[in-house]
Amino acid sequence: MAADEPAIEVVDVHRTFDVRRRAGRLRRTRQVVRAVDGLSFDVARGEMVGLLGPNGAGKSTTVKMLTGILVPTSGALRVVGLDPAAARTRLARRIGVVFGQRSGLWWDLPLRDSFALLRRIYDVPADRHAAALAEFVELLELGELMDIPVRALSLGQRMRGEIAAALLHEPELLYLDEPTIGLDVVSKGRLRDFLRTINVERGTTVVLTTHDLGDVERLCRRVLVVDHGRLVFDGSLDALRRLDGTTRTVVVDLATSSPQVEVAGAVVTRVDGPRQWLSLPSGASAAPVVAQLAAAYDVVDLAIQEPAIEDVVARLYQRG
Amino acid sequence: MTALVRSWQAYRAISGAWVRAAMAYRASFVALALGQVLTSGADFIAIVLMFASIDTLGGFGLGEIALLYGLTGLGLGIADLVAGSTEQLGRRVRDGSLDTMLVRPVPALVQVAADQFALRRIGRISQATVVLGWALLHVDIDWNLTRAALLVTTIGSGAVIYLSIYVLGAAFQFVAGDAAEVQNAFTYGGVTLTQYPLTIYPVEVVRAVTFLLPLAFVNWYPALHLLGRDDPLGLPGWVQAASPLAALALAAVAGVAWRGGVRRYRSTGS
Repeated sequence: MAADEPAIEVVDVHRTFDVRRRAGRLRRTRQVVRAVDGLSFDVARGEMVGLLGPNGAGKSTTVKMLTGILVPTSGALRVVGLDPAAARTRLARRIGVVFGQRSGLWWDLPLRDSFALLRRIYDVPADRHAAALAEFVELLELGELMDIPVRALSLGQRMRGEIAAALLHEPELLYLDEPTIGLDVVSKGRLRDFLRTINVERGTTVVLTTHDLGDVERLCRRVLVVDHGRLVFDGSLDALRRLDGTTRTVVVDLATSSPQVEVAGAVVTRVDGPRQWLSLPSGASAAPVVAQLAAAYDVVDLAIQEPAIEDVVARLYQRG
Repeated sequence: MTALVRSWQAYRAISGAWVRAAMAYRASFVALALGQVLTSGADFIAIVLMFASIDTLGGFGLGEIALLYGLTGLGLGIADLVAGSTEQLGRRVRDGSLDTMLVRPVPALVQVAADQFALRRIGRISQATVVLGWALLHVDIDWNLTRAALLVTTIGSGAVIYLSIYVLGAAFQFVAGDAAEVQNAFTYGGVTLTQYPLTIYPVEVVRAVTFLLPLAFVNWYPALHLLGRDDPLGLPGWVQAASPLAALALAAVAGVAWRGGVRRYRSTGS
């Protein structure tokens, strides 16, 4: 396989579901739901991409098609050069998957046994397995957890175990579904550091679906936003922030409570005592606004807030 | 061939892990296995008690019925040990744990069967073996090499027939959600039906378990040959040696049904 071949190629993929609903005692109505509706994108090898979208946007359906669990209704997918639906088992050796809500570990077995089982299932040579395991145990600080049954682990501990389990056969591509959901700040940080490490040092391509935009901000240079089964945005986080209609905010603390300040190029959106919030288009420079404020008013302190990525994405969904 | 070897290795690894986990609580394991001996043995005790007031049932003596009982019980016991976990398929579809199996490079059926492997199910196997051993001491069989081979292939065929029913039941759960009860109706129901001589049932029932769901090949036809009995349906003599064929045919049907189930799951997403 050519090295410059993308890790993932998705071309005009559709996926519809028949949903049957009860309508009366015996009658049922059928409804066709378009979960994925003409999706196209590429992911290059070694990229770390965030896949965002509200619930029901088609993220999970997309990941299921990329892993070969679900067959697309139409369109073409290639993952590390393979057709996932047709070559599901061959593909399985080359990808790692962490489904956030479902465990890839054995609930009643100690972590150590789960890892040993995965070695047999993926048929990994003992020495390679031992080396990879040693590395992940250290990076993910699993050493003290190895003999504890998975069901007795905390959520954060379990998630570290899940990620190690998905990586032990050294896949080229890793899918993570909501990896930091429910984790505390420290666990989140640790997990993000680890993901960055394997992405940079092993060159593992990572696709992350998440609701946690903190994950995206800290990990992904590129973001794909899906809504109603379509791609509504593909680009960098900065580009996402500069989208039309989004705003940056200048927060200014004046010496005394005053009426709304008047500055060209910005509008006051909120006043709270001596503190005022000014909004300006995210494409515009904040410098003239700051200069005007400093010249005309008695400014004690001043801060510039980038648009919250949540707001940007929420606005995207509304437009889609 | 390598795929088969790999599947077998994966099956052994997964089931082995469950055995080790169960052995961590040895006393509980022994209690559960004994419990299985008792529950599966209760219906044989009922048959023995019945014979306190009768001499034959459907023209068969206690020893002969024990032979039928032992053969069918052993077949189900082996199948239950190997693939009893497939009962869980409906739950696996609902909670999504089947998805985690579908992204691993081993057939999902192997994983579903091996997961939660319960060694305590040897309880039923040992109980059926004891009854079968007792039967062989108490019935009059004119032993020769052919009959010995017939006995062995019957046990294997019986296991494959019940295994196929487990797989068919699991495949049905792709369509019918949680239909473990339906599966039980055919596995435990089948064993209850076939532990009596089929002469006690209407001829339609005998035809159904011959041509429709070949449960009669688990014990009835080979036992007729071993015991030198006439076939009440009057089928040709080779039928009494045809259990392996019936087993292979049902296994093929089950294989197709399972594949169909997985295909349906992968195309409907539910």
